[in-house]
Amino acid sequence: MAEESILSVLMQGVFVQNLILIQFLGLCPFIGVTKDTKSSAGMSLAVIFVVTMASVATYLIYTFLLDPMGLQFLRIISFIVVIASLVQLVEFVLRKMSPAIYRSLGIYLPLITTNCAVLGSVLLNIRAGYDFAQSVTFGLAAGIGFTIVLLIMAGLRERSSFVHVHSSVKGVPHAFFFATLLSMAFVNYFEVIPLGG
Amino acid sequence: MGVWDEFLRGITRDNPIFGLVLGLCPTLAVTTTLENAIGMSAATAFVLICSNVLISTFRKQIPAVVRIPIFIMTIATFVTIISMVMEAYFPSMFAALGVFLSLIVVNCVIMGRAEAYASRNNTLYSFIDALGISAGFLVALGVMGSIRELLGTGEIVTFGYQLISVPIDPVDYMIFPPGAFLTIGVLMMFVNHYKAKKLERGE
Repeated sequence: MAEESILSVLMQGVFVQNLILIQFLGLCPFIGVTKDTKSSAGMSLAVIFVVTMASVATYLIYTFLLDPMGLQFLRIISFIVVIASLVQLVEFVLRKMSPAIYRSLGIYLPLITTNCAVLGSVLLNIRAGYDFAQSVTFGLAAGIGFTIVLLIMAGLRERSSFVHVHSSVKGVPHAFFFATLLSMAFVNYFEVIPLGG
Repeated sequence: MGVWDEFLRGITRDNPIFGLVLGLCPTLAVTTTLENAIGMSAATAFVLICSNVLISTFRKQIPAVVRIPIFIMTIATFVTIISMVMEAYFPSMFAALGVFLSLIVVNCVIMGRAEAYASRNNTLYSFIDALGISAGFLVALGVMGSIRELLGTGEIVTFGYQLISVPIDPVDYMIFPPGAFLTIGVLMMFVNHYKAKKLERGE
């Protein structure tokens, strides 16, 4: 696993191991914010940002602090604290540096702490045994994969909001049926993209 | 409200998956077989019951400003305990649930119950609420797992016992991710239909 090329890790993160459609991580925003394209774009930006930062931070903490001291069992607690404080930090920095971006990301940032996409992808990093460059790439790729799916979904739902369907299908079930079709496409990417090269 | 009603509420009206629509990630990810669904529900139930009891017992001592970090730390501690226990005693289940065992910590059901129920009610009622919600979670995951395993492999095998076997052509897609989305979509459809019917009758 460790000798995987960066490009391969990138493809893995975006398509083959897509966060939402294959790993089932971050389904709450997937159903919650995809009613319109604008809020899903905001959410995706925030996720890309935090996932990438979190993979850097957790890699450093795990490799240089927890692993040498034999404290691997503390990883859940320490990672969730790291992610929560990272989100706070990002919020402070953005508010100071770029109020425009802060206003557009505003309400999505706090939601990310309890978004399993972030914690999930950093835990997957550790399980896969990636090195530093691979971890960062995988984090970024996971964020990009999340964005692609969220935007496709938001587009579909916006378009289909005028379609007449039976009242019991409207809303959440309708979204899940779209997800079924999208997922069918993504589940076959592993045949298209060669791994381990 | 009676204790029994509180318990039943967790299975029906406040069912975490079909009523509150919380905690979808594990519901879709680990329901490839009935066995995994039961294992996941058991682990979640342990964390939910322990955190609800602990938080409701100390609800007067927890300062309101820092309650969210305290809740998260409490939940994370119990998740660490259950994942270590599972790794030691049920290694195959631990491997099957994988990263989702650790992800119980960000399961919105547990955080939601801590915030909405345990921080406002006494220990006994919080315990009953946790039991009810856990039972509701088990029912939802069990139904999902049974449907997917039955259609995906043609039989349901749980802890070494073959419960049911039907002579159908197994559909691999039901075990893969699309099957999960399809199953929950169809189930949600029935739930919506039932709710609408109930509303019409004015209940």
